[in-house]
Formats: sequence, C-alpha cells, structure tokens
Amino acid sequence: MSAFAESEAKETFVLNLGPQHPATHGVLRVKLTMDGEYIVEAEPVLGYIHRMHEKMGENRTWAQFLPNTGRMDYLHALAFNHGYVSVVERAAGIEVPERAEYLRVITSELNRVSSHLLWFGAFILDLGGFSPLLYAFDDREHILDLLESVTGSRLTYCYFRFGGVYNDIDGDFVVGARAFIKRLRGRMPMYHNLVTKNIILMKRLREVGPISAEMCRKYGATGPVCRGSGINFDVRKHEPYSIYPEMDFEVPVYEQCDSMARYMVRMDEIEQSLRIVEQALDKLPEGPVMADKVPKIIKPPKGDYYHAVETARGSFGVRVVSDGSNTPYRLKLRSPTYSNLSLYGEACQGMLLPDALALMGSLDLVIPEIDR
Amino acid sequence: MIDYLREIISGTWSLFVGLGITIRYFFQPVVTVQYPHETLPMTPRFRGHIELVKDEETGEPKCIVCGMCQKACPSNCITVNGEKREGVKGKVLTEYTLDFTKCSLCGLCVESCTPKAITFSKDYNLAGVRKEAYIFDLKKRLEAKN
Repeated sequence: MSAFAESEAKETFVLNLGPQHPATHGVLRVKLTMDGEYIVEAEPVLGYIHRMHEKMGENRTWAQFLPNTGRMDYLHALAFNHGYVSVVERAAGIEVPERAEYLRVITSELNRVSSHLLWFGAFILDLGGFSPLLYAFDDREHILDLLESVTGSRLTYCYFRFGGVYNDIDGDFVVGARAFIKRLRGRMPMYHNLVTKNIILMKRLREVGPISAEMCRKYGATGPVCRGSGINFDVRKHEPYSIYPEMDFEVPVYEQCDSMARYMVRMDEIEQSLRIVEQALDKLPEGPVMADKVPKIIKPPKGDYYHAVETARGSFGVRVVSDGSNTPYRLKLRSPTYSNLSLYGEACQGMLLPDALALMGSLDLVIPEIDR
Repeated sequence: MIDYLREIISGTWSLFVGLGITIRYFFQPVVTVQYPHETLPMTPRFRGHIELVKDEETGEPKCIVCGMCQKACPSNCITVNGEKREGVKGKVLTEYTLDFTKCSLCGLCVESCTPKAITFSKDYNLAGVRKEAYIFDLKKRLEAKN
C-alpha cells in the first residue's frame, strides 16, 4: 500500500473518530469520510468541552479570571498565566520586579519541559509504544514536585499575580531544579536510543504527514508545528517579552515538514528550555517578588491591549478591551492549538488512517484549549 | 540493494538497543509509591480546601466578618455572616460556609484575608456519595477540632 490514495474515491463511508477516543486526547470528534483505509475528507468537530472562558472573563473582575487561565491549557498553565498577567500589567501600567520576571521564566520553562514530556509519552502511546510513557512520566513527576513546592498545585497552576508572583522560591527549589536539569540531560540520550533511533518510529514518522510552510501560514499555525515546517518563528525571540532577550537560547527549526520534524523540534526544545532555566538560576537577582504599588482593585484605563506569549504549543495571545471599570469589556483569547488543528482537514487528505493519527499526535492537541 | 540490507540490519539492531534499555530499567529500583499503603509528605504550600484559623487567646475564630474572601471568590462559594454582640468589639462570626462543589482551589480568598483568619488544609483524601457532604460548615469544623 502506498502512503497516499492512487485513484479517485469510488465508494466511501463515514467514520466517526471520537469524541471519546484514546488518540484524540480528550473530547475531539473527527468526522472522516473514508475510501477503504484512505481518508477522503476529515472534518474536526469542536465544542464538546466549550466553557465560554471569554464570556466568563467579562463577568468577573480582572483578578478573578486568573484561575481560569490555568484551566485552558492544563499542560502549560503557567504560560497562559503569563500571557494574561502581562496584558493586564501592560494595560494598568504595572512595573514588575526583576526577580519576579526571573521566577516567571524559570517556572514556565520547567512547565514547558513537563508539557513536552507528557506529549512525548502520549505521542508514542498513540503510535503503539507503551514503555516510553512511563519513563517520561517518571521525569515529569520531578517537575510536578518542584512546581508544587512553589505554586501549591500540581497541574492547574495559578502562580502569577498582577505585579509579580504569589510566593518566593527557597533554596531547596534551586537545588532541586539544578538536580533535575542534570538528571534530564542524563536521560535524553536514553530517550533517543529507546525511541528516536527506533526503526518502527522512523518508518511511522519520516516523510509522513507533510505540512508545508505555506499551509502553516495559511492557517496561522505556530509553535513546533510551524518550526517543523522550516518557519523560524518563536514569540520569545521575535516579539521578546519578560527577560527572554537576556537569555541565550536557540530556536530549533527543521525543514523536513514531516511528523518526524515536529517530533525533533520538541525534543530539541526540551534541551533549550533546560538551558534557559539554568541561565536564569545563575543570574537570579535578589529583591522583592511583588511590585509595591499594585492597587487592590485593578481598573485599567480605557483602551485596547494585546500581549502574546510562546506556550509549548505555539503563540498564545490575549487581547483585552477595557472600559475603565473593574471587569474587562472584552477578553479575546487566541489559542495556538485551534489554528494548528484547523490545518488537519487539508493535511490528511488521501492519507492512510494510521498515518493520519500519527499526524494528529504530532500536532500536540490540548482540547480544552481549542474549545476554551 | 545494499541500502535495503543495511536498513534491515541497523533497524533490527535499534530494536535490540531499545530492549536493552527496558531490561536495564527492569532491574532498577521501583519509582512508584504504593499509594494507600504508603503516602508521600505534603509540601507546606499545598492548597487544599480552606479552614478557619483559631485565635489562640480567645479560642474563637480569628475572622472579623469583613467579607473580603466572599468578594474575592471567583465562583461565589463562600458565605460569611456575622452579628453585633454587646460587649464585643466588631462583628462576631455566626456562619462560614464553603461550597466545595464549586471551589476551584485558587486561593484568592486566603490572599485577600487581611487578619489571616483562613488557611489551607492539607486534606486531599476527600470522597463522598452525597453532594451535601461537600458543603462545609467551617465554623463547626473548627469547633469540632477544639
């Protein structure tokens, strides 16, 4: 069998993938029109976990929306925290102490590593390999313990506040984070020997699931999906925020456009995130973690504000419109996976079903973030 | 042809490398904790549901019934009521109810509390079959602890 259908579809049938399916990672439904094993048309059906976060934001005070941000992308909650607090700080003109910015970067980069580790395990699980998931979760558990000791929760973090962070870190955290960086660096060759160099994985991913750079631009795909298609775009480099300009890191870009390229981008990003954490721990300045003059009730002046951050899945943008009251007039959340998923229908036309599932895994979908 | 054979050999070798790694890990110590029999210590900053704090001098709750926690709560799950009593300065707490079915454990209430009258419990083994079991009367809980 070739990877793509050779002739036109003669007899088709409709196959429902999801809304409850192990490969769709949540409540995503894909309506597939099939010609035998080949996909003629794929239509993602969204909205099964829609919780109207944008509307919720318009009905509560600026600070009360903070816990919601962690519940959109539960795998990289701190980046979503970061996006929202940054836009409100920009709107209200709040200066953030330097130490707080360092803590924000350290914790959200650790969170990015944990997100990529979970993706790694779940992706290999989609392809039929079980044990890498357990190794990845073993490492991820160390990050969760570290972040729990600072933020007080293990998954849906709500650590950043307008003007700083909620708690300072202690010496144990610094020691633990350094030990973890050393540990994960020692484990990465094991992951590559166990998974990346495995012939079955290579056969499943190489030259499978092509997403061209043009398609990425058309659908607004960001993050590892567009970097796996040769587009060098990373919000941390191209619209620098927080202390990222002071950090020395590279943006991994692969030109191959296949599922393997997206896999490699994420594996390289783990190393780059560890580098950022290491540098930030070295440079960590002393000082307060919360700005002095943060008003208790925030009322940003009238206006329209936007701020984007780089999450594990791509660019997350928050646009707020303030009418000067204590609630946002409009809160628009631009989530990365929504755009990344929208190219799925076009990308998997004529593809074999198992390859299309490998492509879906390589997109790293988080459904609550798509539906919001 | 040579490439084809080379791929078969290197591919088979890659499978043995993977098997070698899993076998090595098979003989290494177990990393999981057998949960109900063993438990890990909780971190001091763990955010459980909230609990009232007792005033060590009087034995009464420290709460001054200002209602800031009620206002800060995004899910409206806190109800605070108090009354004026003769001979006592300020208000006296009569009711403090936490509707845990709605609580998202964000901790904004604890942050907003100026007299530090509420704190996080370390209780995570919560299970029940009735919704009413999760509507906590925190004042009664505090009295029961005394």
